[in-house]
Amino acid sequence: MTMKKNMSYMDSVHHYGRIWGIIVGVVLLLFPLSLSLIFGAAPDWKVLVSGLIATAPMYWAVGIVEIFTYVPMLGAGGTYLSFITGNISNLKLPCAIDAMERAGVKASDEEGEVISTIAIAVSSIVTTLIIIVGVICIIPLTPVLESPILKPAFDQILPALFGGLAVVFISKNLKLSIAPVILMLALFIFVPALNAGTVGIMVPVGVIVTVIYARILYKKGVL
Amino acid sequence: MDFSANHPILFAIVAGIIALVLAQSVFFLVRAVKRAKQLGIAKSTVSKTITSAAIFTIAPAIAVLVGVVALSKSLGVALPWLRLSVIGSITYETVAAGNVIEAAGKEMSELVSDPSIFVSIAWVMTIGIGAGLVFVPFVTKKLQSGMSKIGMKDKKWGEIFNNAMFLGMISAFLGFVFCDVGLIIKGDFSGLIPVCVMGASAVVMAVLGLIATKTKIRWLTDYALPVSLIAGMASAIPFTALLGGGA
Repeated sequence: MTMKKNMSYMDSVHHYGRIWGIIVGVVLLLFPLSLSLIFGAAPDWKVLVSGLIATAPMYWAVGIVEIFTYVPMLGAGGTYLSFITGNISNLKLPCAIDAMERAGVKASDEEGEVISTIAIAVSSIVTTLIIIVGVICIIPLTPVLESPILKPAFDQILPALFGGLAVVFISKNLKLSIAPVILMLALFIFVPALNAGTVGIMVPVGVIVTVIYARILYKKGVL
Repeated sequence: MDFSANHPILFAIVAGIIALVLAQSVFFLVRAVKRAKQLGIAKSTVSKTITSAAIFTIAPAIAVLVGVVALSKSLGVALPWLRLSVIGSITYETVAAGNVIEAAGKEMSELVSDPSIFVSIAWVMTIGIGAGLVFVPFVTKKLQSGMSKIGMKDKKWGEIFNNAMFLGMISAFLGFVFCDVGLIIKGDFSGLIPVCVMGASAVVMAVLGLIATKTKIRWLTDYALPVSLIAGMASAIPFTALLGGGA
């Protein structure tokens, strides 16, 4: 604890982020192990291995790419939190982006770091609490949550989210937006393999293309 | 102990893990708020960030809850509760559980009654998406300081770089919104539903932005994103009825 005094805020975020990350990671790994011990049941190895082969390669690949894509946007504190609490692209990152935009700060500055961390921490806490309430009241809530009237609303959460977010960012970066947006529209419309399941892979593609495009425009003095 | 996917002990363990994850968020929140004060960030900015993040989160969090309910039919409530409170999204957890259940020759529609299948599902869910858990504690600092260096070397480029990343992500999701419009050729207009929903959300956002600048009502912009989100989601109900996403 004595070293705490000498650490900068950023260093301390990394320091505690690592400690929490490792603790939560170990606890999450202990969970399936504890199930085996409690119920006296070993996993069905054949089923486990084939389930893992069908799941892990793709999600590990996407996961590694996501780290490189999302960490710079989330800031350090936001990263340590959202890679544990999940729902990054559909909740935590839009929440952080919106908060930083309104506060007029950016993720690479300490001000942006702090605002992003606050937004993501609040978002994680609220999500967790809402799920807790939902789990406690699951019996009365189930018919409401599964009602066919509301189903379309929950199915369309991503378009509803990114419509609003796009207006804010595209209107402020018009020159930079046109080419990447047209490219992505063309890709998704004309390549059948691109759909809800593969949008996660296209995020880094979009990010890399846009950054390269921005660099070219910047060098030419257009931006 | 006799196994049940809804055994009370499962709820107790899951509650404990979720309390730990909650504690992490509270820990970082308190430290960030303290640091904001030291950096001289206005108190009003901090409180606005907190309230609008909280309000914005409600609708997506309820969507996550819908996922818990959906998965609870095959996995009981406790396991989906844990998995959707940490890391996984509903798409991933459904795929992971589905892959195991399929390998076991069972159906997703029935409650898992075999403890070794249940344990296998829990393992696959945990390990199948472990990249973030394993690498984030070790690479974040490097990536983060690399970003700060870009910003320090050339402030203007740092800012453009930052915006370009956000726009890259947004453009990928905008593309995704249009992924099914090609179905129109086959006479299926359901691919237009997400496009219309996005349009509705965008219009609401634009109108709120205009009102806020014209009338100087600053707080409007603080809630513009959650309002456009909810408006978009609500518009999905008539659009779906109209364009038929019947399937």
